[in-house]
Amino acid sequence: MAADKNMKILVVDDFSTMRRIIKNLLRELGYNNTVEADDGNTALPVLQKGGIDFLITDWNMPGMTGLELLKRVRADANLKDMPVLMVTAEAKREQIMEAAQAGVNGYVVKPFTAATLREKIDKIFERVNAGGGG
Amino acid sequence: MALESRVPENAAMEAYRTAARQLLEYVDAGDAEGAQSVIDDLTHLRETELFRELGTLTRDLHEAIKAFHYDERLADITESEIPDARERLNYVITMTEQAAHRTLTVIEESTPLVQWVADEGARLAEQWRAFRRRELEVEQFRELCRELDEFLEHVQENGQRVTSQLNEALMAQDYQDLTGQIIRRVIALVEEVEGNLVQLVRISGQRMVDDPQRDERRQAQADARMQQGEGPAVPGSGQEGVVSGQDEVDDLLSSLGF
Repeated sequence: MAADKNMKILVVDDFSTMRRIIKNLLRELGYNNTVEADDGNTALPVLQKGGIDFLITDWNMPGMTGLELLKRVRADANLKDMPVLMVTAEAKREQIMEAAQAGVNGYVVKPFTAATLREKIDKIFERVNAGGGG
Repeated sequence: MALESRVPENAAMEAYRTAARQLLEYVDAGDAEGAQSVIDDLTHLRETELFRELGTLTRDLHEAIKAFHYDERLADITESEIPDARERLNYVITMTEQAAHRTLTVIEESTPLVQWVADEGARLAEQWRAFRRRELEVEQFRELCRELDEFLEHVQENGQRVTSQLNEALMAQDYQDLTGQIIRRVIALVEEVEGNLVQLVRISGQRMVDDPQRDERRQAQADARMQQGEGPAVPGSGQEGVVSGQDEVDDLLSSLGF
């Protein structure tokens, strides 16, 4: 089962151009309902306010990093089941394992393609819909 | 003798000993002339030591002055050139950001124009095929002709608009040249700082002691950097444990049960 095209997606990246690229790719994939934040500190209140179905976040950001944001999300009773896709330039095996341990649902390294993004999003929702989670 | 303690060379000590024995012998024998010549030798020996000391002092002074010169250049770099370089690099970020936004705007504005041509083209082609199969009423055919007219007009118009948008995207690429020049200047500065630091380390090298905690500290710093995120891996910088692309990420994650 594919993901709901109307789901609300929060895109977190400190570079506005990368947010714009991801938003454009999402639109191309049929997801038009997106909101943005520029780091973990601004993303967390948006998430806590509710209504976000899916989180796409960068790792390396000033303020709160994406890894820290992921940990906060997993520690929050209301948000702990939120599907999280990390889209980042961080490419160390150690880091990928760390993100996996922190409970990330998917990991895309920059630079990436629209096909990769679609594949990871579809895979995440396949698992979510199958009740398997991360 | 004050200098005695500063003369480590055995040869020098031996020379003193020989001269002292000879001096004693001449004095005992009452040979004033011989004694005088030994004292002359001793004085000469002592002068040699003094010159050697002076040489060492001069060299130290020279190194100190050189170090001071490097310090001065470093101070200069710290005070004005590093902030200047920071400004330049910030400008590079601004310029690349602007170029990316300009290009993205082009794409966002062109995409619907091209999309409309594709969608409307497909719809009219379907109508046209229906006409060829003689399935259209006269009134429907008239409507199709009107729509085709409009479509052809729009194709020209959209084509012109997309062409001018593509030209805009082309012009937005000039950032590469400009930022490249700025970055090159900053690289030159970094090289100079590196050279100066190497000199400083060399000059003060003998004062540095092995720090047993250095490795631990380095590891802690590396861990902290990893948590914060290190940014993109640079090709050829020889970073360990870096995946080469998405396929390796997928392999790693699937090996972890993802």
